[in-house]
Order: sequence, then C-alpha cells, then structure tokens
Amino acid sequence: MEKQEINFFESKCKEVRRLILKEIHSIGKGHYGGSLSIVEVLVLLYNKEMNIDVKNPKMEGRDRLVLSKGHAGPALYAVLADKGYITKEELLTLNKGNTNLPSHCDMNKTNGVDMTTGSLGQGISCAVGMAKASKIKKDNAYIYCIVGDGECDEGEVWEAALAASSFNLNNLIVFVDYNKMQLDGKLEDIIRMDNMDKKWEAFGFFVQNVKDGHDIEEIHEAIEKGKKQNKPVAIILNTVKGKGISLIESAGYKNHSMGLTDEQFKKALEELK
Amino acid sequence: MEMRKVLCSVMEELMHKDENIVFMDADLAEANGTMPLRDIFPERAFDVGISEQNMAGMAAGMSAYGMKPYICTFTPFASRRICDQIAISMAYAKQNVKIIATDAGIAAETNGGTHMSFEDIGVLRSIPSITIIDVVDEFQLREVLYKTVDYKGVVYIRIVRKETAKVFDENYKFNLLKADVLKEGKDITIFSTGIMTGFAVEAAAILKEQGIDTEVISVHTIKPIDRETIVNSLKKTKKAVTIENHNVIGGLYSAIAEVSCSESPSYIRALGVQDHFGEVGNMKFLREKYKMATEDIVDECKKMLGF
Repeated sequence: MEKQEINFFESKCKEVRRLILKEIHSIGKGHYGGSLSIVEVLVLLYNKEMNIDVKNPKMEGRDRLVLSKGHAGPALYAVLADKGYITKEELLTLNKGNTNLPSHCDMNKTNGVDMTTGSLGQGISCAVGMAKASKIKKDNAYIYCIVGDGECDEGEVWEAALAASSFNLNNLIVFVDYNKMQLDGKLEDIIRMDNMDKKWEAFGFFVQNVKDGHDIEEIHEAIEKGKKQNKPVAIILNTVKGKGISLIESAGYKNHSMGLTDEQFKKALEELK
Repeated sequence: MEMRKVLCSVMEELMHKDENIVFMDADLAEANGTMPLRDIFPERAFDVGISEQNMAGMAAGMSAYGMKPYICTFTPFASRRICDQIAISMAYAKQNVKIIATDAGIAAETNGGTHMSFEDIGVLRSIPSITIIDVVDEFQLREVLYKTVDYKGVVYIRIVRKETAKVFDENYKFNLLKADVLKEGKDITIFSTGIMTGFAVEAAAILKEQGIDTEVISVHTIKPIDRETIVNSLKKTKKAVTIENHNVIGGLYSAIAEVSCSESPSYIRALGVQDHFGEVGNMKFLREKYKMATEDIVDECKKMLGF
C-alpha cells in the first residue's frame, strides 16, 4: 500500500471517529468502546475491499458485511454516512424515536446495512448462510463478518464456524474484534478467550493474527492473503476498546456503553484533529 | 401416505420448479424422510448437523440473499430451541423462511418428554408476524406446501411424520386465511386443529346419533386466525369445545378464547394437554391418558349441553 493511500485511510478513520463521537453524544450515551475498536476494518472494507455500489445498494452479487456484534451499529452508520448511503445529519438521530438508526443494526431501516443483528451469535450464522447462498448462485461474492471477542462466548458462533469449514466457504472472511474486554469486565475475568487464533484454526479456518488491529496496511494484507485460501478465513484483530479517544480508552471495559460530558466531548474532538 | 413422504415428494417438485429453494436438515433427514432430496439437489439440500440455532441463522442469511430456505427438524428443536433466532434473525429481520416442524406433540411417542412439544405454538404465537399452521392430514399438507411456497414471511408448518386419520381427499383446497367448516350444526361447536381433527369429526358423528347437532371447524392456521368463521359459529352455538395436540395454555384454546372474549363471549372448554410435560407411550395410550380421545370430546360436549 502506498504511503499516500495509507494517509488517506488514516484521515478517513479520524473523520469516522469524529462522526461516531457526534452521533453517540447527540443522544447522550452509547456503545463507544466497541464502535471505536472496529473503525479501521470498516473503513478499509467500504473504501477498498468490498464490491459495492452506493448508487445501487441492493446490487445482486455484491459483497456484504454482517456486523454480528450489532451493538457497534454507530460505527457502521458513520462509515455509511461517509460513503453517502445515509446523510451525516441523519447520524444525529441515533436512537431517537422513529429513527432509522437504532443502536443495533436493522437492514430494513438503514440503507446499506446488509443484515439485522443485535442478538449476539446470530449474525455469523447469517453470514455463513449468505456465503453458502453465494456459492449456490455462483456469483463470486465475498461475505465479511465482524464478531466480538465477548460474542465468542455464544455457542452459536462455533456452530457457525463448524458449518463454514464443513461447507468449504472460502468466500467468508470473519474478523474477530479482539479487544479483550466485554460488557462486564476483561475477558480474563469473565470467560477466558486465550489462544483465539488456535480456536478458529481448530474449527477449520485459515487464521491470521493482525498484531495491531488498527493498522490499515496489516489488515489489508491479511484480507488479500485470505482471499487466496481454499477455506474460510478468520482474521484476529488485536484492537483497543475505545481506540483513538484517550479518555474513552482509559475507561477500560466500562466504555462498552458510556456517556461524555460536553467538555469531554470537545476534548475528544480536539484529540482527533 | 405418511406425511414425511408427502413432504419429500412435494419439496422435490417445488425445488425442480424454483432454483432458489434450499432445504436444510439438522441431522434428522433419515427420520423426517427428506434424505432423497440430497441426491437430486446436492447443492440445495443439505445437512447442518445437530446445530439448530445455526441452521435457523443460516436460513435467515440465505433469505436475505434472495433464497427461499426451508428448515426441518422435530417440533421442539424447531421452536423452543431456536426461539430467539426465529424472533430476531427471521421475523424481526422480515425474512422469508419456512419451518417444517415434525413429530408434533404426542406424535413424538417413544421419544418421550424431552421431544414432546406442547408449548411450541404458544411460544411462537406471541412473536409478531409469524404464520402458524397445524396440519390435519396428508392432503392438507400437500396443499399447504403448494400454497405457502411463494408466501413471504416466517411460516411454521407443524406436522407429524407418519400417517394420520384422513379428513380430506385429493379435491381439498387450502386457504391459509380461512378455517375449514367440516360440518355445520347448531348446538355446540368443536374447534380442532392438527391431527386431532379426525377425532373431532368422529365425535361429531357419534353425537349426531345421540341427537346432538355439532358444528366442526378445523382451524388449521392458528395465526393469523380466521376471526370471522369463529365468531359466526359462536354467535350461533354460544358453546364450544376445543381439541388440540398441544398445551391448552397458549395454543388453539387460548387463540379461540381471545377471539371470543373480544367479539362473541361464549362458554368454551378446552381438551388437550392440561399444562403438563409429556412422557413415552404410543399415540393411543397418550391420547387416552391425556383425555384427548374421541370419547372425551363426546363426553365434554354432552356435559356442556347438560346431558
């Protein structure tokens, strides 16, 4: 990846983080932590990797994203607004009555959202279904799916993983947002998720560990390598929950859902200049 | 013919006509008789193993991709096991999935209490937008499959694997939104659903010989329910017995009572599973033990009429 392109993505990520801040602050509180930890992968997917057309959002055979950790909807909405699927003004309606932007993703409300998610564990099964459907239709689409590391507590994630490898779905690329925290605490204090890579490997995936899950180039290389495999792909993104805003990062697992004062909000925006 | 044989042969026909139809089993294809589909449609008929939750989610994803998925397993695993997946990934997400639920209620026979679903209709009935059909016999099943293939939404089709008492014949026409009035009468109404319908018809014949004129209505679609036919009958008879292969809480009795309470208050009593779990036993044994036999319907009607 050229330096110029990396700079472009880095500034895009800053813009998306600014949008997320404005979006969530407009309703007072929300899922900052898990939204900020997946900004890089979303920006890369929607601006480089995915075969999509904003003018034809339901295009047949397009690549799709299932945000299985549906509570990170605000991050996806910010990227969709940046791409033009929805307006940036609409972001300020997040979670308000009659909004088209509910905290958890709804494909029937938000232009550009490919699957309704929110009940953890279910999105990845839907993604496996889409990948299988794409194989039946022979349309050569890629199905991307982002699961949370806490979400991996759900047994359905592993049922889906078994099915994906049994059906040789090499058109499925799963990202694990490995920020090592869940709502109630650190993974190590709740349900241990050590050796995340070995787990996916054991379930039949081609696994890559991205040491810095916020490094655009590293994620890009992992996706490109993943596309050459003959089995489903898991890309473990070692991320930071709340990445990019120090006072959110420093809240630790409590940033899963939190609010900012107006003063903190201003300070956070300044950090993104 | 066994219902599972009808299921397999109609699905074969439908899958030949529509290449978007996908049929998934969860390691019960041998039991449900759907294995032959795999030889004919190796890409579109397949097994997901013993993972009903994933099967439900995959079906929702396939629907979102423009396919028409069917999932098939025993009734308890097609309802309570995957209740959240049905509610969120299918219904809330407005997907188009058919759920073929086999071995309903006491038809689970020797699989016993763990496999005997008496709550599935009740559990699913409170999820918005779902269509629930409790199938009477092989002729109705054939029609249900033909008439729902292009119906968009989540459709729960509750069947048994084996042969049942025949109520209909080759000329039967199924209307999803209209209950079937099998016999008109003026003294009391028997509302039945699913495989209990054959016994309701038998009971009506016995009662006729005893001078009691019953109306028999087969309410195949529990949701959305045919309010008009129910109210018209209750206005006439003012009394009814319901008979169902399900807990009397949450199923047909509850659905009929809800209609009656708001539109035509009537005296209605419930036959079916009286809020307990199942157990092993053949159908005859369980029907008699749970007071769901023809004689029980006859007795209940007579009691309500003061005989």
